[in-house]
Amino acid sequence: MSLPSVSIDAQRGLRVAAWPRVGVRTPLLVGLGVLLACLFVVSLAVGSVSIPLGDILKILTGSQGERATWTTILFKFRLPKALTAVLAGAALSVSGLQMQTLFRNPLADPYILGISSGASLGVALLVLGGVTVSGAAFLGGLGLLGSFGIVVAASLGAGSVFALVIFIARRVSNSVTLLILGLMFGYITGAAVSVLLYFSAPQQIQAYLSWTFGSFGGVTWDQLTALAPVVGVGMALAALTVKPLNALLLGEHYARSMGVNLRRARLLILVSASLLTGAVTAFCGPIGFLGVAVPHLARAGQRGADHRALMPLCALLGASLALVFDLIAQLPGGNVVLPLNAVAALFGAPLVLVIILRRQSARGPFGA
Amino acid sequence: MILTAHELEIGYAARSRRRSVAAHLNIELHAGELVCLLGPNGAGKSTLMRTLAGMQPPLSGVVQLEGEDLHRLEPAALAQRVAVVLTERIDAANLTAYELAALGRHPYTDWSGRLSGVDEEKVRAALRAVGAADLAARPVFELSDGERQRVLIARALAQEPRLILLDEPTAFLDLPRRVEMMRLLRDLAHTSGTAILLSTHDLDLALRMADVLWLLASGGTLSVGLPEALVLEGAFARTFPDLEFDTLRGTFRIEDAARGTVGVRGSGLAAVWTVRALERIGFAVRDDATLCVEVEMRSDATVWMFDGVEYHALDLLLAAMRFPI
Repeated sequence: MSLPSVSIDAQRGLRVAAWPRVGVRTPLLVGLGVLLACLFVVSLAVGSVSIPLGDILKILTGSQGERATWTTILFKFRLPKALTAVLAGAALSVSGLQMQTLFRNPLADPYILGISSGASLGVALLVLGGVTVSGAAFLGGLGLLGSFGIVVAASLGAGSVFALVIFIARRVSNSVTLLILGLMFGYITGAAVSVLLYFSAPQQIQAYLSWTFGSFGGVTWDQLTALAPVVGVGMALAALTVKPLNALLLGEHYARSMGVNLRRARLLILVSASLLTGAVTAFCGPIGFLGVAVPHLARAGQRGADHRALMPLCALLGASLALVFDLIAQLPGGNVVLPLNAVAALFGAPLVLVIILRRQSARGPFGA
Repeated sequence: MILTAHELEIGYAARSRRRSVAAHLNIELHAGELVCLLGPNGAGKSTLMRTLAGMQPPLSGVVQLEGEDLHRLEPAALAQRVAVVLTERIDAANLTAYELAALGRHPYTDWSGRLSGVDEEKVRAALRAVGAADLAARPVFELSDGERQRVLIARALAQEPRLILLDEPTAFLDLPRRVEMMRLLRDLAHTSGTAILLSTHDLDLALRMADVLWLLASGGTLSVGLPEALVLEGAFARTFPDLEFDTLRGTFRIEDAARGTVGVRGSGLAAVWTVRALERIGFAVRDDATLCVEVEMRSDATVWMFDGVEYHALDLLLAAMRFPI
């Protein structure tokens, strides 16, 4: 039986060749940034009318393309859509990462925990509830003020469900229960929306339903001026949660013992994740699977679990994946655009299955 | 003196209800001391540990940490002085041992948690001190229970606390690892000057390794003292009333003497282990018993005499005594 004494171990320690590095990996981030830029330009080129890449760069730098209509298409439709995809992908992925760590649950994300549903309810209450009903288009006819109103309503809806989930999660330690709770919140808010729909005009119902399919298109510059700053604020707040999230990897008791102000940390995560989810859901509809899948991809892409590295990685990967999903949604026919949620589910659901099966085989699933 | 509490009452207060677990506790923890907290389940060991860790307030009394009220310290200020190692499962995918230990620098780093050169050096020193330097790059989920425990202790050391509280640090370890762990903690306390308080069920190890023992009996009486002094004054018997404490051996008697009493005559190792064997099969061994086993160490073998019969192996003696003709 060999027993270590402090002095022997000090010698043993000296033999360690290189200590592992903690934190951000710049080359990986730069690589992903380049990938994102490429995808962004490609997404500008692809659509019912193909625009050559060269012309896109010309138009973007201020000169004229071969056809004048291309400029219109690019600035009126493609650019806002691509920007929306980037913002939405990054926002949902980052809030997914926050939720997975906060609840110590690999399957947590805004969609699964019912937080997107909360945002939907907020939007439905505002729009279907008759506060600002106007016109046939679901979100059409709302000015900039209306856009912010929608974001506020969605974020409040998201925040209330999130607060409920946090409240209950502190009382149930089992993470499967948490997922079921999220499902139930989804049903409850869904039921509330159904009741609202029942009393709504047919074209409103139609507009609401197509909104729930999820889409990055149809977001106007006006709406982007509401979406972008809110996502920006959400991201800035999310950056502040990086340190408490790292501590929360060990659970709340350890986090507190290492000096984390739990109440403040929870509130910060709640506010940032609600803003991110709410803003995106307001304009793009509830989008599934990005939030749960991207953090796992990010973890697979780097050694370690440091959120200072994971969070930017999630933002870049999420933005890229959102662009990819959007490209796939338009590719098949050229003129037909598939619902974004269908594409996300087709690619995201198998990934979630893999996560579940891998954890099952590793050891106690979900720590239960 | 690192921590003191005078007339401390611990327990739970929820709304109007108040449940006291232990009262009139007088506590002192000194620098460089390894203190083991023993007691039956339900006596309030965990409540006491949580209270001293600042995780729950006392019902009455004040816990003084270097002269300041421990429960009024800001979270970060408290974390710079008190670190804990819990029995909770660590279930963080991908987290490496180095990252885990580096989390101990939390109370010292900026808003983003970035490690400075000084922080990195402290983390490395902590990993070296517990002999876990070569584990640094390994993911935590790959580590054995003993290895993970050492990395968790490195994380506590990286907090540079004045006091480390450990909740049953030997619970999931095999015997060699338990001995190793206790030695490590004792050496850390003695060399670094940190006070270490741990709760354990490992009576034997605690008796041999602790500088001071705290015995918390059901009902909330706390006996404090040197391990040997507590044995001598009968504190073990008071703390564990359901068990019979053998003051000579420093262990609990777990056998029930259902088969009556018997005496053992003889000396040396063979006599000692004959007593053990007889107790195990249910005899109380007394000097004044009428029946008597004689143990004789001959040049080539040990021989047992009982009831006029000579036995050349211990199992034959036991068989004869178990089933007397």
